[in-house]
Amino acid sequence: MSLVKVEKLGKSYNSQTKVLKDISFEVGSGEFVSIIGPSGAGKSTLLRCINRMVEIDEGKVIFDDLDVGSLNKKELRKMRTNIGMIFQHYNLVPRLSVIENVLHGRLGYKTTLQGVFNKFTEAEKEHAFFLLKKLGIEDHAYKRCDQLSGGQQQRVGIARSLIQEPKIVLCDEPIASLDPNASKVIMDYLKSITMELNITCIVNLHQVEIARNYSDRIIGLSKGGIVFDGPSYRLATDNTDEIYGTKTVETRKLVTV
Amino acid sequence: MNEKVMRNHRKRQTIIFSIIIIVLTYLSSDITNFNIIHGIATLPEAVKWIFSNLFINGETLERLPKILEKLAETILMSIAATTTATVVSIFLGIMGSKTTGTSTALGMFARFVASIARNIPVVAWALILLLSFGQNSVTGYLALFVGSVGFLTRAFIESIDEASLSAVEALRATGATYFQIVYKAVIPQCLPQMISWILFMIETNIRSATLVGILTGTGIGYSFDLYYKTLNYNAVALVTFSIVLSVIVIELISNHIRKVIL
Ligand SMILES: Nc1ncnc2c1ncn2[C@@H]1O[C@H](COP(=O)(O)OP(=O)(O)O)[C@@H](O)[C@H]1O
Ligand SMILES: [Mg+2]
Repeated sequence: MSLVKVEKLGKSYNSQTKVLKDISFEVGSGEFVSIIGPSGAGKSTLLRCINRMVEIDEGKVIFDDLDVGSLNKKELRKMRTNIGMIFQHYNLVPRLSVIENVLHGRLGYKTTLQGVFNKFTEAEKEHAFFLLKKLGIEDHAYKRCDQLSGGQQQRVGIARSLIQEPKIVLCDEPIASLDPNASKVIMDYLKSITMELNITCIVNLHQVEIARNYSDRIIGLSKGGIVFDGPSYRLATDNTDEIYGTKTVETRKLVTV
Repeated sequence: MNEKVMRNHRKRQTIIFSIIIIVLTYLSSDITNFNIIHGIATLPEAVKWIFSNLFINGETLERLPKILEKLAETILMSIAATTTATVVSIFLGIMGSKTTGTSTALGMFARFVASIARNIPVVAWALILLLSFGQNSVTGYLALFVGSVGFLTRAFIESIDEASLSAVEALRATGATYFQIVYKAVIPQCLPQMISWILFMIETNIRSATLVGILTGTGIGYSFDLYYKTLNYNAVALVTFSIVLSVIVIELISNHIRKVIL
C-alpha cells in the first residue's frame, strides 16, 4: 500500500520555466527513498509539493488517501501534523532552548491559545526528553540552539519532526551544511530511527554515494523530470551521468564532492 | 595589483566626496545668508553669555521640587507614549514584514502609515494636533505617540526581516497556526532587538517632549518657556541641567538593560 502517490505533477513559479514536469511515483509505507539531482533540478520544490508548502499547479499528490491539493486550511494543518520536515539550515529558533524548539513540533496538535500559552502535557515533555536522549543531546536540553554545533542543531531538527509522531519525514538536504563526520551521524540516526519507528523517509541529497549507502530506492531528478527510479543497487554510472549531465568520471566526482 | 587599484579607487572616492561636502556647505550658507566666519566669530561671545547668565544659584534651588514634578510628568508622558505606540507598532510591523505579512494590501497600508507618521517631524505633529486638541497634555502625548508609531513600525519591520526566520517555514510545516508561529518563533527571536528600539524611542521621546512641551504648554517644556520668558535665566539653567541629567540617567539605564538582554 502506498503512503504517497504523485500523479503527473507539474509546477512552475513563473510562466517562462517549468520547474517540475509530469512527475509520477509512489512511495510505500516504511520506505527510505533518496531523491538525487544537481542543484536547481527541482528537488526542494518536489518535496514541498508533498506537504503543500508550495502550491501544486498540475496533477495530484495523494498522501494517506487525502488529495493534498484540494484540502482546505484546517484540513491541511491536520495533514501536516503527520508529515515531519527537516531542513538544510535546521530552521530552528536560534535564541530559544533545545527543548522549546523540540516542543514546537507539537503545535500542530494544539489550538492557537494552547500553543501560545505553552500548554504542553507531561507526556509530551517526557516524549521530548526521550527523543533528545535517543539522539544523544539530552545534556543540551536547556541550552540555546545557537550555542550548538551544526550536527547537534540538526539533531534538534530531527527531534522536532519526530515528536509530531509523523507517518513520513521529508528531509531537504539534511547534511548539505555539515562536515563528513556529522553527516554520517545524522544519516545514521535518520536511518535507524525511521526504521525502528516504521516511518517513511524521503531525503533530498546531492551526494550519490550517500544515497546509495542509506536508501532502499533512489529517484533521479534532472531538469524537473524523473530520469531514474529504482532500487539503489541498480543505479549505474550511466544513470548518474544522465542525472548530472556529465560524461567523464572526473567531472562526476566534482559534482558529488 | 588588484588591491592597489582598489585603494586608488577608495582614495579618489574620498576626495570626490570631500569636494562635494565643501561645495554643498558653501552653497547652502550662501543661499541662506549664513556667514560661517561671522558665526564662528560670535561663538566666544555666546559662550561668555552662557557662563555669565546660565548658572544655578541657591535661590533657584527653591524651585527644584516644582521643576522635578514637571520633569517627572514629562518623563512619564514619554514612556506612556512609547509603550502605547509599541502595541500599535507590533501589529503594523508584523503586517508590514515580508516574513510575517499576510497580504500585500495590509503590508502596504502598514508601511504607508509608518512612512507618513515618521516623515512629519514630531514638532510639526504637535502644531497640527494643537489645532484640534488645544494646549494640553493630550496634544503632547499624541504628537509623541504618532511619531513613535512611525519610527517603531519601521524598526520592527526591519528587525523581523533581518532575523529572516527560516523557523517560520519549519513551524508552518508542522501545522502550527499563524498566531502560534508569530508568538513562538518571530517574537522570541526579535524581542531583544525590539526592546532595544523601544529604549531608544524612550530616550528620543524625552528629548522631544521638552520641545513639544514648549508648544503645548505642558511638562518641563512649559517650565523652560515660563522662566525663559520671565528672564529668570538661573531657573532656565536649572531646568536645562535637570533635563540633561535625566536624559543621561535614562541612557545609562537603557544601555545596562541592553547589555543584559542582547
Ligand atoms: N520560490 C521560488 N520562486 C521562483 N523560482 C523558484 C522558487 N523556488 C525555486 N525556484 C526555481 O525552481 C528551480 C528548482 O529549484 P529547487 O526546487 O530549489 O531545486 P533543488 O532543490 O533541486 O536545487 C530553480 O531553477 C529555482 O531557481
Ligand atoms: Mg534544494
